[in-house]
Amino acid sequence: MAWASLRKSNPMPDLDGLWSPIRLTLELAAVTTVALLIIGTPIAWWLARSKARWKEVVAAVVALPLVLPPTVLGFYLLVAMGPDGPGGWIAGLWGERSLAFTFEGLVIGSVFYSMPFVVQPIRNAFEAFGDRPMEVAATLHASPWDAFWSVAVPLARPGFLTGAVLGFAHTVGEFGVVLMIGGNIPGETKVLSVAIYDYVETLRWTEAHILAGGLLVFAFVVILTMTLIEKRIGRPQP
Amino acid sequence: MTDGQPILDAAFAGRIGSFDLNIAFQAPLSGVTALFGASGCGKTTILRCIAGLHRLPGRLTVGSRPWQDDTQGLFRPPHKRRVGYVFQEASLFPHLSVRRNLDYGARRAPRDNGDRPAIAFDQVVDLLRIEHLLDRAPAKLSGGERQRVAVGRALLSEPRLLLMDEPLSALDRSTKDEILSYFELLHQELNIPILYVSHDIAEVTRLADRLVILSRGGKVAEGPVGDILERLDLQPLTGRFEAGVMLTTQVKAQDAAFNLTRLDLNGQTLTIPAVDAAIGETVRLRIRARDVSLALQPPTGISIRNVLAGTVVEVREEPGTAYAETLIDVGGGRLRSRITREAVADLKLAPGLPIHAMIKSITFDRRSLS
Repeated sequence: MAWASLRKSNPMPDLDGLWSPIRLTLELAAVTTVALLIIGTPIAWWLARSKARWKEVVAAVVALPLVLPPTVLGFYLLVAMGPDGPGGWIAGLWGERSLAFTFEGLVIGSVFYSMPFVVQPIRNAFEAFGDRPMEVAATLHASPWDAFWSVAVPLARPGFLTGAVLGFAHTVGEFGVVLMIGGNIPGETKVLSVAIYDYVETLRWTEAHILAGGLLVFAFVVILTMTLIEKRIGRPQP
Repeated sequence: MTDGQPILDAAFAGRIGSFDLNIAFQAPLSGVTALFGASGCGKTTILRCIAGLHRLPGRLTVGSRPWQDDTQGLFRPPHKRRVGYVFQEASLFPHLSVRRNLDYGARRAPRDNGDRPAIAFDQVVDLLRIEHLLDRAPAKLSGGERQRVAVGRALLSEPRLLLMDEPLSALDRSTKDEILSYFELLHQELNIPILYVSHDIAEVTRLADRLVILSRGGKVAEGPVGDILERLDLQPLTGRFEAGVMLTTQVKAQDAAFNLTRLDLNGQTLTIPAVDAAIGETVRLRIRARDVSLALQPPTGISIRNVLAGTVVEVREEPGTAYAETLIDVGGGRLRSRITREAVADLKLAPGLPIHAMIKSITFDRRSLS
């Protein structure tokens, strides 16, 4: 019945239109991952090394997006980025009214949304090797900054890899937050997950199939990569 | 301690775990000073405080340089202290090859005169016999090899003071002996003062020149190894089974036919399995109290080769046990003998009594042979 008519009504697939959301999504995920590594690493280091009693409170705040419905996070971010929020003030620096419905806004939203997926593995990796390697480095005349780069980062490399892969993948798959703060502006904020939703809404099944299938393969590769990285962690390092 | 000689001067007080640590001691910046005491007496904490890895209220001066002085709010961070630290576990960097582990400290070592390192890479590699390991990963080394690399890494960072925290405790008996002989070599070849933490009296007497004895966070005694080991009152701390003394002797003759070396101790002779040493050279011996028996007359017809004539200096019975400790002056040194209280009564041992000490076993200190 309706199913058959749906299929019949499928217009000619517009394959060129697929590239815009794919490129935009990859750009968003790449920028977000880089931003998360820069912001998340010091947070992970502090969480792993600090003896402050309230550090778990900070850890809980970082982990919030794990349980918070994306629409709730998106709603608050929308308010914060709007003309009356801090985001609006920042946007005012370059003459805009708001950060919402912009690529920059999406990056900020994604950073919040994917933060726990990057911070947690890096923190775990920092905690795993304990204080000893840093103490050894100090007795060998390495300053804390030097020791961080020459010892802590190389030792935590599997954690960084896991964090980067998870952060990237999670940003690619984000939907609720994007819809709340980014909307659906082609070439600006229309990412893959939103595009798939759109294609289904407008009954363009071929395009939806291509994108959904692509993301399926992508997710599989991510999981496989992760498992292989985990195995590397388990093995004694060469 | 002689005046004018550079020393380490340390005083720390503070709470660690379940007890208060309060200790002040000095050590010459030459030779090996051992911090000796039971597990959990605070030895490691003191070493960590000296390295700056742990901070307790106190004061620390190394040579002419103050490293910590709370009255002036001075605390030199660990990476600016010229110490080498050898941890209980080798703690090599797993992501670096042996060569790059060794280079890590060497590349960052502060250079006084801006040019040549005081300790050459090749010299250390040669001394510790680790050349064949250079391109391996730490995970592929045995425990003893790892510890040798860790010592080499510490040495190449050009420390003014080498701190060793029970570096042998994670190793088995034979590996321990092997590494100890490397330490002895080190002591001979390189002029770096060592502060050595251990709870093993055999290890300490073999290596150390001076001893600081600790118990429950405080200092009980300090002084030259020989003096400390002769003190029967410290015996509960210096241990019963391994307790003993050091004797300094000179090589008198080599007996090629029986493969023996004869040593002179103030006119009396001791015979040990041949050691490679020239006539007149000094050999330091360690004799355990449990290896010394006593006789009133010079014994005849026995297999024991080493019998020294002497006089009883002190007898200390251990109430509630079968044992007594005695101190015998044999001229040129003192021996400790661990015998039963019944023997003390039978032989009527008392200070001043002439006695013959029969020595079953002697270990000698290879370090004293150059």
